[in-house]
Amino acid sequence: MTWMAWTTPTALFFVAIASLLVIFTILAIRFPETPRRGVLGIDTTRGDRLFITLLGSAFINLAWLGFVGAELQPYALIVCLVYAAAVFRFV
Amino acid sequence: MEKTVNQKAWFLVLPVLVLVAFSAVIPLMTVVNYSVQDSFGQNNFFWAGLIWFEELLHSERMWNALGNQLAFSAIILAIEVPLGIFVALCMPKKGFWASVCLVLMSLPLLIPWNVVGTIWQVFARVDIGLLGYTLDKMGIDYNYTQDFFAAWATIIVMDVWHWTSLVALLAYAGLQSIPNAYYQAAKIDQASRWAVFRFIEFPKMLGVLMIAILLRFMDSFMIYTEPFVVTGGGPGNATTLLSIDLVKMALGQFDLGNAAAFSIMYFLVILAISWVFYTVMTNLDKRDAQ
Repeated sequence: MTWMAWTTPTALFFVAIASLLVIFTILAIRFPETPRRGVLGIDTTRGDRLFITLLGSAFINLAWLGFVGAELQPYALIVCLVYAAAVFRFV
Repeated sequence: MEKTVNQKAWFLVLPVLVLVAFSAVIPLMTVVNYSVQDSFGQNNFFWAGLIWFEELLHSERMWNALGNQLAFSAIILAIEVPLGIFVALCMPKKGFWASVCLVLMSLPLLIPWNVVGTIWQVFARVDIGLLGYTLDKMGIDYNYTQDFFAAWATIIVMDVWHWTSLVALLAYAGLQSIPNAYYQAAKIDQASRWAVFRFIEFPKMLGVLMIAILLRFMDSFMIYTEPFVVTGGGPGNATTLLSIDLVKMALGQFDLGNAAAFSIMYFLVILAISWVFYTVMTNLDKRDAQ
């Protein structure tokens, strides 16, 4: 795989996303759910909320990088976790 | 009859999954991988971290291209959607002329992008082009290679010329699906032309119109060929849209890391806006179904 120039951080990133997808698939099979309606006024399932979380986290990270800078980037993940909790609780 | 639940059927999707992974998912992952590295060619890569993203977020060039892109998409949507609806309302509902109109309307859609670009590039030239020459003779100072306003006007009119038909055809399809009884009821109520549009035609068109807006938005947000052929992004960077800038970066300067970071941000913006459209569309469908 060296010709594709994979690195450990990118590999970890994709492993994290892949395992999230696997976990949510298993959850959906084991505990079927009905969509619910939250603050956005749209029907969402767990998967939808995961998508909103991931997409929003990407923008949070970019905003953090733009306003705060790369040295403190890991702290952006804390904001993302708060955001994720809020999405899963209220959306 | 009771429906049998057989989750094993999901395995039939496997070939498609493999194909999409090979042709789309892994290439996208490669872009993410390149975005945190630097390359000097020869397939030698060096870890660069978030440097490209940081550079881009503070780059005037990227914000300029993004601004141009958003302005372009907003302007063409603001023109094409109302114009498309208007054209659809004016088209005959049935008979010989309906077919003639449909064929005429679909003609611009059949022309390849680069040909559209070339047509307009020649058409708008002041020395040999019909449009440019006429405008020049009328005393209007028009030169799309020099003037900011002329360049923008040219690429916008070109896009409207190329794609309004699509909106019109979709709106027309929406109009055709309205049963005559609605119009008869409106007539009995002595509804005005505006009321017929506002309460019958527009709500019935809305679903299909959202698809038209989504398609036109995505297409215009990714547009490359037509403005590239006509203005090449100029004068200066006046009409440099995101994809034109991206190609300059990736192929012109061969800045793979930088271009990959650019692509990801580009992709995220498209993903976010498309998600909003998709959500609105599915919620409209659900509301209609209720």
